[in-house]
Amino acid sequence: MADPMRIRASMAGDKVEVRVLMSHEMETGLRKDAKGAVVPAHFIQNVTVTHAGKTVLSAQWGTSISKNPFMHFRFKGGKPGEKVTISWVDNKGERRTDEVVISGG
Amino acid sequence: MLALAAAAGLVRPGEAFAQQWNKAAFETKSVADTLKALGGSGSTESAQIQITAPDIAENGAVVPITIESGIARTQTIAILIEKNPNTLSANFEIPEGTDPFVTTRVKMAETSNIYAVVRADGKYFHAAKEIKVTLGGCGG
Repeated sequence: MADPMRIRASMAGDKVEVRVLMSHEMETGLRKDAKGAVVPAHFIQNVTVTHAGKTVLSAQWGTSISKNPFMHFRFKGGKPGEKVTISWVDNKGERRTDEVVISGG
Repeated sequence: MLALAAAAGLVRPGEAFAQQWNKAAFETKSVADTLKALGGSGSTESAQIQITAPDIAENGAVVPITIESGIARTQTIAILIEKNPNTLSANFEIPEGTDPFVTTRVKMAETSNIYAVVRADGKYFHAAKEIKVTLGGCGG
């Protein structure tokens, strides 16, 4: 089980500013270990961010997103105290969902 | 699992968006092929797309990239790295109400052009920026 995401969601004017740091190896499948064996690809493929039942951002990722992925974006319509939920699924079917409460500016 | 459900007609394409992953697009090895796999037949260069990234990346394993589109009705923002083993790095869907702006961190194998490809109102636009990489970040 992957470690929890670290998420910050705070008001910036009338928008919610979201920053998330995920814990994931993001193996490309091109790297070799010390014995010369190829390390199989293991990476997040889908990310979905929802607020109040609506998707506010979704993404498809390849292997070239850096290890422990970071993402920053903004959306309208959120208020302090409401929740932002982020989910990811990787190429092995492992998944993780975390949520955070929007803080005031 | 999803493929099975799709084959059985239980899930129609588009219904289970969060689970979709455009394998063909992520396997492409050139900017032109990626654009095609994303559904574009051509793309117009646009000064309304801003790429903010370092000119020189000392560590290719972690290169911060910010893309902001000033094009009305921006629907998707894709990040392409021309000289990586696979060109497409990420494709973000921007629903209405979300700023056409995203920051992430990518791996770069070597010095390369980065392309930001924006789909807006069904049309494709792009901007490019060269990033010099001192130490590649895909092999190790």
